[in-house]
Amino acid sequence: MIDFASLLANGIAALVGPSAIFFALLAIGLNVHFGYCGLLNFGQIGFALVGGYGMGIAVLNFGLPLWAGVLVGIVAGVVLALLLGIPTLRLRADYLAIVTIAAAEILRLITRSTSMTDFSGGTQGLTGYGGSFRQLSPFDNGRFYDFYGVRFLGQDLWAICVGWAVVGLSLILVFLLVRSPWGRVLKAIREDEDAVRALGKNVFSYKMQALVLGGVFGAVGGIVFALTTQSLTPDFYSPPQTFFAYAALIIGGAGRVFGPVIGSMIFWFVLSITDNFLRQATAGSNPLISFIDNQDVGAIRFVLVGVALAVLMAFRPQGIFGKRSEVLLDAR
Amino acid sequence: MRPARPEESGFTRPVACLLRALLGAVIVALIAIAALLGLAVPALATQQPPHGTSSQPAPPEQPGLPVSGTLRNVDGTLLAGVRVQALDASGRQVAATTSNTSGRWELTVPTEGEYTFRIDRQSLPPGVTVLQGEVVRDVAPGTLSLVVFRFGAQRAGLQTSASATVLRVLVDGIRFGLVIGITGVGLSLIFGTTGLTNFAHGELVTIGAVLAWTLNVAFGLQLIWATLLAIVAGAALGAATDLAIWRPMRRRRAGLIAQLVISIGLALALRYLVLIYFGGRSESFADYTNQVERNYGFISITDKDLATIVISLAVLLGVALLLQRTRIGKAMRAVADNRDLAASSGINVERVVLFVWMLAGALAALGGVLFGLSELGGTVQYEMGFSLLLLMFAGVILGGLGTAYGALLGCLVVGVLVQVSAQVIPVDLKYLGGLAVLIVILVIRPQGLLGSRARIG
Amino acid sequence: MRVELPVEVPAQPGARKPDPVLVIDSITRSFGGVRAVDVAHLEFQRGWITGLIGPNGAGKTTLFNLLTGFDRPDTGRWTFDGMPLSRLAPHQVARRGVVRTFQLTKALAKLTVLDNMRLAAPKQTGERFIGALIGSWGRQEQANTCKAMELLTRFQLDAKAHDLAGCLSGGQRKLLEMARALMMDPTVVMLDEPMAGVNPALTESLLQHVKSLRDDGMTVVFVEHDMDVIRDISDWVVVMAQGRVIAEGRSEALSANRAVVDAYLGSHHDQALEFDADGNPVGQTAMLVAEIESELEAAIERGQDLSA
Repeated sequence: MIDFASLLANGIAALVGPSAIFFALLAIGLNVHFGYCGLLNFGQIGFALVGGYGMGIAVLNFGLPLWAGVLVGIVAGVVLALLLGIPTLRLRADYLAIVTIAAAEILRLITRSTSMTDFSGGTQGLTGYGGSFRQLSPFDNGRFYDFYGVRFLGQDLWAICVGWAVVGLSLILVFLLVRSPWGRVLKAIREDEDAVRALGKNVFSYKMQALVLGGVFGAVGGIVFALTTQSLTPDFYSPPQTFFAYAALIIGGAGRVFGPVIGSMIFWFVLSITDNFLRQATAGSNPLISFIDNQDVGAIRFVLVGVALAVLMAFRPQGIFGKRSEVLLDAR
Repeated sequence: MRPARPEESGFTRPVACLLRALLGAVIVALIAIAALLGLAVPALATQQPPHGTSSQPAPPEQPGLPVSGTLRNVDGTLLAGVRVQALDASGRQVAATTSNTSGRWELTVPTEGEYTFRIDRQSLPPGVTVLQGEVVRDVAPGTLSLVVFRFGAQRAGLQTSASATVLRVLVDGIRFGLVIGITGVGLSLIFGTTGLTNFAHGELVTIGAVLAWTLNVAFGLQLIWATLLAIVAGAALGAATDLAIWRPMRRRRAGLIAQLVISIGLALALRYLVLIYFGGRSESFADYTNQVERNYGFISITDKDLATIVISLAVLLGVALLLQRTRIGKAMRAVADNRDLAASSGINVERVVLFVWMLAGALAALGGVLFGLSELGGTVQYEMGFSLLLLMFAGVILGGLGTAYGALLGCLVVGVLVQVSAQVIPVDLKYLGGLAVLIVILVIRPQGLLGSRARIG
Repeated sequence: MRVELPVEVPAQPGARKPDPVLVIDSITRSFGGVRAVDVAHLEFQRGWITGLIGPNGAGKTTLFNLLTGFDRPDTGRWTFDGMPLSRLAPHQVARRGVVRTFQLTKALAKLTVLDNMRLAAPKQTGERFIGALIGSWGRQEQANTCKAMELLTRFQLDAKAHDLAGCLSGGQRKLLEMARALMMDPTVVMLDEPMAGVNPALTESLLQHVKSLRDDGMTVVFVEHDMDVIRDISDWVVVMAQGRVIAEGRSEALSANRAVVDAYLGSHHDQALEFDADGNPVGQTAMLVAEIESELEAAIERGQDLSA
């Protein structure tokens, strides 16, 4: 009744699929913010939104080539980080949390507003900005490629390859930075800002650099995802997505270079398998599980993520693999 | 160094007597209004248009998504031959229809998305005026989309006068601000006493409203009684979360950031549990849904909006008296001021915090019902708490995080701001003004209007 | 061992010093109506160890916070080596050579002892974003590591260099904080209660280290409760109460003044203070405040010079 082979195949596809890439990039950004610098950015999805929409609007409304659109998306992420950081980075951590989640919601409301239809496409969103990306693909876009039962469409395979290359470059960048004296200052700030100030470091400047860097990773994630799906819909960029990325980060281990990537892969593997299992188990006239409605499976995903986030934070803040003594999150 | 609080020492006996008398008067007024609303129910019930839960299956053979409604004038007569148009996001007409003899209309929109439904005023029978002739509705597959237009005679003089518009917007703003305030005070008190920024506070609001809705619609309990029960349940829920989650976390000396992330996880789980139980649609209460504005000379206002204002004021006054005059209230302020000092002077801090959670839970439940009743047109929705949460944060930070009176003041400002901005910017962006003020205040005066600098660093 | 001066400094609040490194003028800071700090004039002599004493709530730590930029004054200005230091951010103060430690040690527990030290080194190329990525900061890091190890050896922490700072004892953390401050080659070292919470066995070695700072030519200002500590090592003592400087002088002279010592250090400073919800002192504390105030008034009425 349950098709375990397809469960596994779907799970493996999710392990390396576009969602895993997208959330890995969001979580790499959050790792710089939260894992290394202690900044609580709850609006990471807003950075993805300005990245994706920045690119889409630049290409569609201003007729720029795609590579320029990508640059616009990245610059949009930098600008958003500066705008959010200036008022909040001198204040206690939770102010940044509140302002970032509010800003992400503001951005979503604006892009989906009917009054913005001509500019951002309103609730319909945007399409048709990324055709030149698919033209670059070395694969046959319309063909299915089979890897031992795990199948990808050629156009997705191209996006996945590009996506993982971007993730790899991001990891190298983070690795170089966190083992440098720059990273040492960040880790010190996470632990005690005042101590770092007393040692002559401009804490505000470092926090701003971290916020911008992590925000750019978020924006790049948004760009990659928008190129993968070839469409931008405003309601995809809703606040819970940021919490998904947090869950992925904490699973893999905050404050570790590979944590966000491993976390994101595990997160989507598990989510795909439970999702598919529940869908299969609740479908049909005589379902295996009868007390859950087939239509509620989508909502159950959010409940599971919420519970996992809370439980992990309470009992294993160091993530699945981390050591308790290394965790830096319970400092304040 | 401890800040002196000169304003409290000036709180003398005559003022207290005055406040107590005022409270008495408000309670009497409250009971009177409740009775008034109670009497009004049967009268209104007879003229209610069919609502969300009524069963009218969509014709399956038609492509696109059906939208329907019934046109009913204030006096209960059904309006036939009135033209209804559906406009898509770009303002293009995608469908139009004319109501039949029983006032019923039905049309089909091509895809899911947001549409504006409009009554063609030219087609109205003479003498009929429209109160709300344009409704924006998100049409989604799998749900039954009902659009209700409101008719009614508004005094012509009121409609045109600019001062009346200002007054109306101001009253709307104060009403909304009071509702935000009722929920925001609890959020601020929790922050003040425990340091927790509770992102799950919005879900306390939603759950309160959904409970009241369940009791009201599914169990047929009159809304006032349903709300009272929901308030009790809200207090219990507040106590339960404190005992089950936050007290153990405090005992384990969990960091505030860890607690904050836990509250986020909790909020996510609770919101989607509500979605599973309640569904994604807006559902309307059984009572007070289609009230007509009463004219009080200088302003026209529906009974439920008036009741919302009066109840909110009374409750907030009660909270102020509680904080100012009672033992537990003074203990709450002492804990918020300096937790260690309060503990060392013999206050049972954990008990005070538990009480704060109960109070916050009760206020959130009440706020949820009032929010749904007055702001969401008498409906309940699973994401209502989250949208209110951001406005709560805006208000509470504007007033000064951790202060009770500052929170109230800030929430009032945010409420008025939201309603005023709705006059200028598109309605689907009206919460923007409230959120923008959050960022502005952090740049100008991060401690908030009534906060002290020490708390923010 | 005392640094002797060619001119005798008069023992009175606000006394001029021959070569002051820090000069404070009319600095005030209020918290909600209470004057936490209200100092008309105060100078710190270069090359001295100056002890800052006073009862709880006298404003010593607040003064520290103001001088180092961690708090903003309501009024007042102060200079360091003639350069204005007021209105600067904490990191700017530190870069100019006025380095502080904290009452509750701020050793960064999740960094190694060595990283704590290297963090403090000024002007690192690798601390700039671009420098970290493409600059060659290896050589500078090596030099900083050498310097750090030398200092750690001096403070007997070299064996712990690669342990997390969280593993250190309270006294070792105080030592680490002091050593870390030295990484910045400061002119003035401001120590906030360097002996608080330290195992008595370690205090002697801590004292020697404080003295060695002066011997290396640094100016030391420190806040302390313990009169014995102050008598031992300070060249000059400043007494604060209720935000004001009420006395200044050599430690022997001050400890001879029983009224000052009793009122501000002896019988009261260890009592837990109690306040009601409005911040007014209650019970024992209220009596204590009244007592201190009347004592002070009586002393002034008798025409006594409090600093005598």
